[in-house]
Amino acid sequence: MSKKQALRDRRGWKGFIIVFFAILLILSMLLSIRFGSVNIPLSDILATFTGGIQSDFQNIIWNIRVPRTFVAVLVGANLAVAGVLLQGIMKNPLADPYIIGVSSGAGLAGMIVLILYPHLPHLLTPVAFIGATIVAFTVYALAWEKGIAPTRIILAGVAISAFLGSGISALMVFYSDRVQGTIDFMVGGLSARSWPQVEIILPYSIIGIILAIIGIRKMNLLMLGDRTAKSLGARVEWIRFSMTAVATLLAASAVSVVGLLGFVGLIVPHTARLIVGNDYRVLLPASIFLGAAILTASDTVGRIVFAPIEIPVGVIMGALGAPFFLYLLRRKMI
Amino acid sequence: MTVLQATSISQSYSNKQVLKKIDLKLNEGRIYSIIGPNGSGKSTLLHALSRQVKPTKGDVYWKEKNLYQLSPKKVAQELALLAQVNDPMDLTVEQLVSYGRTPHKSLLQRLDEKDQEIIDEAIDLTKLNALRKRNVSNLSGGERQRAWIALCLAQQPKVFFLDEPTTYLDISHQLDVLEIVSRLKKTMDVTVVMVLHDLNHAASYSDEVIVVKEGRIYGQGTPKEIMNQKMFKEVFHVQSDIYEDERDGILRIVMKPLINFNDNQSFFKERRASV
Ligand SMILES: Nc1ncnc2c1ncn2[C@@H]1O[C@H](COP(=O)(O)OP(=O)(O)O)[C@@H](O)[C@H]1O
Ligand SMILES: [Mg+2]
Repeated sequence: MSKKQALRDRRGWKGFIIVFFAILLILSMLLSIRFGSVNIPLSDILATFTGGIQSDFQNIIWNIRVPRTFVAVLVGANLAVAGVLLQGIMKNPLADPYIIGVSSGAGLAGMIVLILYPHLPHLLTPVAFIGATIVAFTVYALAWEKGIAPTRIILAGVAISAFLGSGISALMVFYSDRVQGTIDFMVGGLSARSWPQVEIILPYSIIGIILAIIGIRKMNLLMLGDRTAKSLGARVEWIRFSMTAVATLLAASAVSVVGLLGFVGLIVPHTARLIVGNDYRVLLPASIFLGAAILTASDTVGRIVFAPIEIPVGVIMGALGAPFFLYLLRRKMI
Repeated sequence: MTVLQATSISQSYSNKQVLKKIDLKLNEGRIYSIIGPNGSGKSTLLHALSRQVKPTKGDVYWKEKNLYQLSPKKVAQELALLAQVNDPMDLTVEQLVSYGRTPHKSLLQRLDEKDQEIIDEAIDLTKLNALRKRNVSNLSGGERQRAWIALCLAQQPKVFFLDEPTTYLDISHQLDVLEIVSRLKKTMDVTVVMVLHDLNHAASYSDEVIVVKEGRIYGQGTPKEIMNQKMFKEVFHVQSDIYEDERDGILRIVMKPLINFNDNQSFFKERRASV
């Protein structure tokens, strides 16, 4: 009996952490709606949500802040889930959404639109998504040999990324006058993202996260090693393939909307792992909330530190994320 | 009764043939040891028999059904494998062992009282009671191996495959593992198939020994039938003295290298002296 209790106690603690991350998320969403080039009083935000008194800020809140916050939440959650899945699938702490070629695929495709067809900006997202998906599956196909070996995927991903990266560089050299317009996409930014982007990413988020939740037990089995997972009846190759596909869709939809936002998919899962452990039943929800919260908060910071100049969220993530990552490394927590 | 049967199985990787037309029959409730030099195909054979890796040719039958046509989950209710290498795990012993119940549960089912009893029993059998809340990654090699064995026991398999379960352990932990295994057979009638490196362990703990040489079965039989000087010389390239211990009737094997290294040493000495 006492043993069962001890188990529940630990679950309780982990439950607490998840709730804590969820509260962090709600707070950062509120801050994100409240602060920016104009600061909106909390009372006006509440009034707008409850549909009470008319607020002068209603337009800003509904058409700018709320959708942008949603995009940040969904992108953060998507990248975090993609990262946490890929780390488990590849059994590699450095696996993140970009290792499977999503970023270079979206990058090259996006750059082609931005540089060669700058008059067709609405094509950016769908083309980047298609590019990301095609390249991810190419990497997968190249790595295939009687099932996939994680190292082969990682090596194929690196090679393909280098190849496509040189394509991106070539574009930048030949059209150096148009590079300016691509910076936001190359580092990942949320400026001017609104309801259309929410609509694009939301279905992928919902479907992807539901599939990831369904995969929780399978991911836990993979953690025990391929042989043991198989001995326990898991279809290891199928789990790898299906969960990689889920991660690809999540990451590709995120990247196509915000550009090549790095680090979220790497740092968030590691931090969550550190705090709640490797059990995907806890790790997955923790990563979702933490990823969404961190991205939303970083975007808010990017909007206010040098206002009215907006710093792309990708820059903030890199500037804060990299030192934090090194800190974890020094503490031997990874 | 025959539980597992391999009919002419071959396994190739790229163009290398690792198993060559192996025929094998395993009977219920017996302990089999697979012995052979490094790289002879022992693990590959174990994997073919335990539904880990489908042979490129030939079939494996589990009680007259084609093993590779049964669902993985169904097979997992009958067969368990202790892998040759297991990564360190950030889980408590109890959590690790409870994964053994996976094949007996549907996707949404939680562990119930009965599962908990089975888990407790597995922990008891492997003498891990005092360590059940400890993190597996903090255990000693022998304790960790017992935790992984407990995971397999919680699976309640009919056939238990172990790939070199004793290789990285000190001698007392080696014997612990072998004692656990032989008790399984006696108390639960589990069929055991294990790859062993120590030939004396194979001689004393197995009902039958399967000798693998270069991807073929060199021979199969009781230790007394199969373990002789000719076999040791042909398969392992060693000289051996074999005698039956009067006290327990078990074969004891003393081995010597075919090449005499001492001669070489004096050879080197002479050369050094002459320089
Ligand atoms: N997945 C694989 N790919 C290629 N070669 C393999 C693979 N698995 C095993 N082999 C080769 O098969 C041979 C037998 O391996 P194995 O069954 O592990 O030997 P043992 O367990 O007897 O030491 C070795 O030469 C090994 O290199
Ligand atoms: Mg082996």
